[in-house]
Amino acid sequence: MEHHANIVPWQMLRDEIGIGLHVVPMSDDGVIDMEAFEAAFNENTKFVSVIHVSNALGTVNPVDQMCAIARAKGVPILVDGCQAAPHMKVDVAALGCDFYAFSGHKMCAPTGSGVLYGRAELLKKMNPFMGGGDMILSVSFEKTRYNEIPHKFEAGTPAIMPVVGLAAAIRYLDSIGLEAIARREEHLTTVAIQAIQGLGGVRVFGPTGHRAPVVSFAIGDVHPHDVGTILDREGVAVRAGHHCAQPLMRRLGVPATARASFAFYNDEADVEALITGIRAVQEIFG
Amino acid sequence: MTDLRDLYQDVILDHNKKPRNFGRLEAHNHDAHGHNPLCGDDYEIFVLVHDGVVKDISFDGAGCAISKAAASMMTSKVKGKSVEEAQQFIEEFRDMMAGHLDESGREHLGHLRVFEGVAQLPNRIKCAVLPWHTLNAALVGSEIASTEGDHDEWERA
Repeated sequence: MEHHANIVPWQMLRDEIGIGLHVVPMSDDGVIDMEAFEAAFNENTKFVSVIHVSNALGTVNPVDQMCAIARAKGVPILVDGCQAAPHMKVDVAALGCDFYAFSGHKMCAPTGSGVLYGRAELLKKMNPFMGGGDMILSVSFEKTRYNEIPHKFEAGTPAIMPVVGLAAAIRYLDSIGLEAIARREEHLTTVAIQAIQGLGGVRVFGPTGHRAPVVSFAIGDVHPHDVGTILDREGVAVRAGHHCAQPLMRRLGVPATARASFAFYNDEADVEALITGIRAVQEIFG
Repeated sequence: MTDLRDLYQDVILDHNKKPRNFGRLEAHNHDAHGHNPLCGDDYEIFVLVHDGVVKDISFDGAGCAISKAAASMMTSKVKGKSVEEAQQFIEEFRDMMAGHLDESGREHLGHLRVFEGVAQLPNRIKCAVLPWHTLNAALVGSEIASTEGDHDEWERA
């Protein structure tokens, strides 16, 4: 269920330095196999990287348990929280992760902004990945002494405007309250799934229990791009495509899905518009 | 704005549901593979050319309703026509999608004009054009057509 962002960089590293990659399987409804996760560790395991919330399925992975397991095995773990941070309260210390990443553009902030959290102890041991201004304490032609964390990882003039925008976005979300956001989004998601299932002929992908506010679906054998075009004409914006998760699409046996997603600014009228749109698809392709 | 019914006309829906000339054509001397990596539309076109005439043609593969109907109607249109006329259809179809087809071209295309509505939707134009790219690739002897990158006939045209 991983996004390409958590697949491709590891393959690049594999090709560069020859690491081995091990992928943990999931069930048909998109739930990670925790027994397989624990069994995947061996004496060669150097790093674990997992998505917190699946952008394509809405699965909320038990990352607290996964972090506990990784910690017990002495292996650092990175959590990709791009879909979690905007929709739920995240406490990296309570989670017990070593690294946590999320992007600003999925939480009302400008593109080009984002956060990579790392435990100080690990960051101190790591070398800079980029050289330039700001990341140094002193430079001579003979030697460079690097700055303290986090500056040693922030070479050059930073993306000031997007990052200021990200801070404003975080304050804005905090002023609404992430618990309140999560409650509203969960309500809309539940209402939407019930309504979609009530229509008949629509397959909803992902876990049956708790999920993040995305609903990937297929209307009979209508291609998701046709679904997307018709919903667009009905005034409903969905994502149609592989959601940067091609291995997941293959696992589900579909070329792509249509995906409706909810945020705190949606309401039940939006769910109704979605249902009306799906009915229009069924009518046209009936 | 294109009305949904202009876009998904009955003839398009019918060809999507019951594609003509569908399936692999064993007796062929031209073929090409067409792929849109952005959406996954994926087709193969098989053509039997004899004495400069498209004696037989078929397509195989999967994709959205627009691409499948385009492939189905394309094969129906060019079957039995000269290669020269098939290439004229390819040019005219491209021109229609680019929005600059003249009146004689429109007349020549006939019922293929049902795809005019698609030309209003930038993100769906490539769906309709992919089979035509692929036919062109088959006739000129290249093996691959794509809606992106070096194999993008549209960009080269």
